[in-house]
Amino acid sequence: MIPPFESFYETHRDEIHRFLVRKLGRDRAEDAFQETFLRALRAYPRLEHGAHLRAWVFTIAARIVVDDMRRRRPQGELPELAAEDGLPAFEDLAPLTEDLPPKERAAIVLRYGYDLPYDEIGAAIGSSEQAARQAASAGVRRLRKEQM
Amino acid sequence: MNVSPTLDERFRAAAAAARLLDVAFDVLPDTPVGPLLVGVTDHGVCKISFDPEPERELEVLAQRFGSRVLRSSKPVERVQLELDQYFSGRRTHFDVEPDLRSIADYHRTVLTELAHVEYGHTTTYGTLAALTGNPRAARAIGTVMNRNPVPIVLPCHRVVGASGSLTGYGGGLDRKEWLLRLEGAIL
Repeated sequence: MIPPFESFYETHRDEIHRFLVRKLGRDRAEDAFQETFLRALRAYPRLEHGAHLRAWVFTIAARIVVDDMRRRRPQGELPELAAEDGLPAFEDLAPLTEDLPPKERAAIVLRYGYDLPYDEIGAAIGSSEQAARQAASAGVRRLRKEQM
Repeated sequence: MNVSPTLDERFRAAAAAARLLDVAFDVLPDTPVGPLLVGVTDHGVCKISFDPEPERELEVLAQRFGSRVLRSSKPVERVQLELDQYFSGRRTHFDVEPDLRSIADYHRTVLTELAHVEYGHTTTYGTLAALTGNPRAARAIGTVMNRNPVPIVLPCHRVVGASGSLTGYGGGLDRKEWLLRLEGAIL
């Protein structure tokens, strides 16, 4: 069941805010915070179940961080999220994916935890871009199956 | 670092302004009849609860109207203002529309009839039953009153027993008596 948005928001707003402050600094985090939850609100009616809401909202926040960083870099080069501080996104996704095969797990965490493109994920797990894409989608399918 | 109250309120206002909410609600902590939870949709006021336990209420609202239920004070302001005026004796009729879309037909028919019972007057369960097509359905009328989603705005407190006894009230008899006294319907 999908919880009322109020409960979802109250549960996750502080950790999302902390994540955004770490990534963007206090001032830029304010707009990013509002944008994260407005995007979540727009997508909320299309959710099919209430599992993994935390990973879901972190994914939205991570995308907004990437967008914000892109906008602020003159040449539009990609930020290196994976090289940043305390690995919060990994910690968030780790418990959800513990039971997956290692490659699928890594692909999901890098894709949805760090918003890395698949070619970089491939390099990180020692396989091709295509194989990384397949590992992530196989992992997502497996997670969905486990929830049912 | 936790979300500041300013940022929190800013998001809640932006969500309402972008018309992304199925239900906006707020809790009015301090009315003469105690705390009230008020919920509104684009179609009007959909919920007024005495002694609210928001967690449970929000789940019911989400099931009825959609999952995007969020506390946001701005959309509730108009109902709040009308309630304030009513409680201070400066308003005898509510202009806000009740949103009865999620209500079963029979209940909606009865509640629509109830809306015609005027400030300061009372009617009986039996009269309402007769007016809505089944004179023997007084007990069913009691059930409809008990489940009235928007008490005060739809005045189920103005429905009393045939002998004039107050009979019952979803919010408790003390409140029914208080509201009828406010309106001068009883001394």
